[in-house]
Amino acid sequence: MKHFSFLKRKEPLNDTQLLMTITIGIFLIMYASAIMLFGGGFNHAQQIFDMLNDNASLIIVSCGLTIVMIGGGIDISVGAVTSLTVMSCVLYLNRGGNIYVSILLALGIGLAFGLVQGFLISYLEIQPFIVTLAGMFFARGMTTILSVNPQKAAHKTFNALRAKKIEISWLGYKARNGNLVPARIELGVLVALVCVIFVFLMLRYIRMGRNTYAMGGNQQSALMLGINVKRTRFMTYVLSGLLSGIAGYVFMLHTGAGNATNAAGMEMNAIASSIIGGTLLTGGVGNVIGTFFGTLSLTTIKKIVVTSGLNDPWWQSITTGGMLCFFILLQSVVLGKRSKKKKT
Amino acid sequence: MQEEYLLTMRRIEKRFPGVLALNGVDFTLRDGEIHALMGENGAGKSTLIKVLTGVYQMDGGEIRLEGKPMVIHSPQDAQKKGISTVYQEITLCPNLTVAENIFIGRGKGVWVRQKSLEKRADEILSKLGIPARSTQLLGSCSLAVQQMVAIARAVDMNCKVLILDEPTSSLDDKEVNRLFDLMRDLKSRGVGIIFVTHFLDQVYAVSDRITVLRNGELVGEYLTEELPQIQLVSKMIGKELEELSSLSETEEKKTEEKEILYEAEGLSSTEALPFDFAIRRGEVNGFTGLLGSGRSESVRAIFGADKVTGGTVRINGKPVKISKPVDAMKHGIGYLAEDRKRDGIIAELSVRENIILALQVMNGMFKPISRSESEAFADEYIKVLNIKTASRETPVGSLSGGNQQKVILARWLLTHPDYLILDEPTRGIDVGTKLEIQKLVLKLAEEGVSVTFISSEVEEMLRTCSRLIVMRDRHVVGELTGQDLNQTQVMKTIAGGEA
Amino acid sequence: MKKFTKKFSFNGFGQLTIPLIAIALLVVFNLIRDPGFFSIGISHNSNGNAVLSGNLISIINGASELAILAMGMTLVTAACGGQDISVGAAAAIAGSVFVKVLKTSSSISGVTVILAFLCACVVAMIFGSFNGTLVAVFRIQPMIATLILYTCGRSIAYWINGGATPTVTSSIVNAIGSFIPGIPVPTPVIIVVVMGVLFWLLFHFTSLRLFTQSVGINGSAARLNGIDARFIKLLSFIILGVCVAVSGCIGVSRLGLINHETLLLDVEMDTILAVAIGGNNLGGGKFKLSGSVIGAYVIQMLTITLYAMKVSSTDVKAYKAIVIILLVVIGSPVIKEKFSRFLARLSDKRRKVSVKGAEE
Repeated sequence: MKHFSFLKRKEPLNDTQLLMTITIGIFLIMYASAIMLFGGGFNHAQQIFDMLNDNASLIIVSCGLTIVMIGGGIDISVGAVTSLTVMSCVLYLNRGGNIYVSILLALGIGLAFGLVQGFLISYLEIQPFIVTLAGMFFARGMTTILSVNPQKAAHKTFNALRAKKIEISWLGYKARNGNLVPARIELGVLVALVCVIFVFLMLRYIRMGRNTYAMGGNQQSALMLGINVKRTRFMTYVLSGLLSGIAGYVFMLHTGAGNATNAAGMEMNAIASSIIGGTLLTGGVGNVIGTFFGTLSLTTIKKIVVTSGLNDPWWQSITTGGMLCFFILLQSVVLGKRSKKKKT
Repeated sequence: MQEEYLLTMRRIEKRFPGVLALNGVDFTLRDGEIHALMGENGAGKSTLIKVLTGVYQMDGGEIRLEGKPMVIHSPQDAQKKGISTVYQEITLCPNLTVAENIFIGRGKGVWVRQKSLEKRADEILSKLGIPARSTQLLGSCSLAVQQMVAIARAVDMNCKVLILDEPTSSLDDKEVNRLFDLMRDLKSRGVGIIFVTHFLDQVYAVSDRITVLRNGELVGEYLTEELPQIQLVSKMIGKELEELSSLSETEEKKTEEKEILYEAEGLSSTEALPFDFAIRRGEVNGFTGLLGSGRSESVRAIFGADKVTGGTVRINGKPVKISKPVDAMKHGIGYLAEDRKRDGIIAELSVRENIILALQVMNGMFKPISRSESEAFADEYIKVLNIKTASRETPVGSLSGGNQQKVILARWLLTHPDYLILDEPTRGIDVGTKLEIQKLVLKLAEEGVSVTFISSEVEEMLRTCSRLIVMRDRHVVGELTGQDLNQTQVMKTIAGGEA
Repeated sequence: MKKFTKKFSFNGFGQLTIPLIAIALLVVFNLIRDPGFFSIGISHNSNGNAVLSGNLISIINGASELAILAMGMTLVTAACGGQDISVGAAAAIAGSVFVKVLKTSSSISGVTVILAFLCACVVAMIFGSFNGTLVAVFRIQPMIATLILYTCGRSIAYWINGGATPTVTSSIVNAIGSFIPGIPVPTPVIIVVVMGVLFWLLFHFTSLRLFTQSVGINGSAARLNGIDARFIKLLSFIILGVCVAVSGCIGVSRLGLINHETLLLDVEMDTILAVAIGGNNLGGGKFKLSGSVIGAYVIQMLTITLYAMKVSSTDVKAYKAIVIILLVVIGSPVIKEKFSRFLARLSDKRRKVSVKGAEE
């Protein structure tokens, strides 16, 4: 894979690669310790697959957020847009809709938010935080306007699609009753992986992706270099919106129901994933592979907490907060040392 | 006749709220010509360039490139039309590689072929003799190299018109000559170069024609070889020639034996190697040397601007500890930083607030200077230093460079320092203000204030300093006083001094 | 000597234009809809005391916590160029400490309440210092640094009270949350005024405003003039901590209980919004506390207006969003520039413009 070529390169790792390497390293260490300390459940491949199954939509949303953050912006509407998408699609399907159209609906909602927010931020130059905050309010409000009560999807084709899982028997495990349970991966995970690969390729090999790094690194320079900063910024928000729509559909595939509180706090989890994965809020630095492992790290820590018996409801978020703190400090120290060395 | 010219700008008008920045300015560029654009700060040079490069839209006038009239909508548009610019501030992206910086924003097509870009970039870099690898992160290159990469980019774009806006500010002599060679090379290929600079010597070294602007209007266009330096300067500032020669180099400075005010032994910081230094009351001395020789770092160590790592300091004979700026300030030292935009002005605050800032810090947080007091201070210094501003409440950021510098000077003068350090106080400043500042330095010395004056223009320092400390490669290699204060001796010391 | 003509600016009140226009619009809208909307009356509360009542009162009263938080947030935004998204969680912590101290004392008197408040204050200031240290010493972006407390703050609040949501019954606490017997003005409103006065005194008797603005606009220059930027930034977070404690205690006093999940939920978003509506630059620098306070009342008035129009509490968010978008679009630099160019063209015909190169 081309991106491992940095191992053979003469250049030192750039900031993005360094942070990503640290993230992956720590994740592997964490997981390995989990296996050693708790054995059992962590040994099975299904554990990882479950993590992916549960967080597919978070992964997708985090990819979008990473793009926006590399460009120097922020999008806190993603959780709300995801939730709105779920509710809308569920209601549509329950009214006897067509499954292909429901996919288009999801994409459409995400795209709509992306277009409007992107326009306001890029062309009217309004602060991203405010615009996406309003977007978040609006989407959450619309979700409850659509339906205050939870709605279960009652669409035959859809539910069949939901039930469809990829089974890998050789990665399975022995259940207590002696039966061999094959490893199960939901369709949503495939979608998530496709999204990660797509975003990775885009950021690395597509002009718009490179322009995003430039814009995030130094917006004034990017402008002078002839990059259409407005259009590039606009596109980052469009993509983020689109990915939120996709994430919504995947979320629906996972839970099968629409609920006003869906994806609550997802935006902060997505930001946390990106940060842990080595994306800087200031822009210009970031990588979706890192974000992917960032999401996995978040989940792993929660699972470790639960498995280790700390059952009180506050332990999960306290440890998550602690891990976040650790990564944030690590980033700051590592990058601080590097910038001191650079001054020649 | 107009078709012969590469670029013509006629009757250009540019307006800002309440202000006419350009009033019917004409400018002509022939192909294969290096044309210097000169004027004081506030003359309209930058505005004219920004109109040409699409950053501003003109309110009146006409631009023709190769005879064809055109409208330039944006920097990208200008680039496409063959007008490239290399700015004084690095306008590249430090988080991307050198290769990417050369090619980004230019190509067509969706895919980016990294490997082929890197190969092409290596070719360009070696052709131009730039010491950098195409895969290197731009942020890890020195400022001078970053500047050269910016020029490489413009060159590679086969531009018809190349605008160089103060390109030599951060380059040493060797690099400047390399740049000039490059410029002459481009000239022979028919490229028209607009060279905006304050360095008079450089203008005479490399340009064919000179256009002078003043107060938003065209003063005239001249052939370089037909315009003596003195005449050029007088056209720029409109002052009488006598005033200029009143600050000639040959005046010998009085070296009365006054007591030593500040003394440092083995002073070192994270950026400066250990050095010894002393200055007497009422003395004006200076640090000189090539770019990167450590002059700024040394004075920053004196002020505590960088982390001090060693050495003993005595003021008036008593040992003191200066580890951060406020310590130095409490001991009567003031410091005007090299980069006024980054380290000097608080742009959005008013002239008044900027002036009282240092004094307020010395008073501490719990003794605020009253509004009426601060207004009085501001008015006094606006008058004394002749600061051109609409009012004392105007945000400092909207003043011209020279006036901003005066505001910062006022700030330090208000603290009545015993010892004032001025690091490049005249950089990027018009000739008129330069003279004012030099006169001010001499006046301060007469009043008993010690001054350290750093400038990249040695003549300035020779005019004001009675002692010059010569630095090379971060070491002090010599001290010149009295008869030795002339250009030749300075150059010799820089060249001959053994580390 | 050529004179300058004054730069024409349509921002008559400067920074306060947008928030004042917003208030004006809301007031007019409500008066049209219901002329008696803002009427103030005297009614009797549960204790039989005579108190002010009416929509206007409930708007001003209900926005109290938001207004106080907005004051502190303005300072942090100005000094650090970023936002503190943990204020809601921190307020929950402060509220929890307040309740815990009250519950562990045998009886609740004026002294105990003061003690409880001071404890809450100290705890909030400690957490503020945590955030402040990350930002000032480790140079971490405020939003990122405060993400930590945002994530686990409410859980910490929960843990402080051992997983319960205890109630506090006390006439004193009740008075803080509603009315002090004999004073018809709601106590939270009085507290807002007190906080406002304290801030005014702070800015009047110290040079904090100058230093904060300098640090926010140009940290490097501030440093070279002797300002300790790290201290200023840290201080801003500590002051915000005090605001957080006050808001948390008010919030608890209103209900007489602490629920870590719901106390001031999502208030951080509203607070940042208030600062922005107030015309303050979210990237730091110059600031006007009054703008943020007005912004807080704008948000509250908007919410109450929507309730009065029978919009359900869950739907309110959507309408809020629309109004916010309208406000910021009008205030956007692009729109402002187009508008002022339009006005300049009108005024150009009458005024004389002079020649001066003011711009580089």
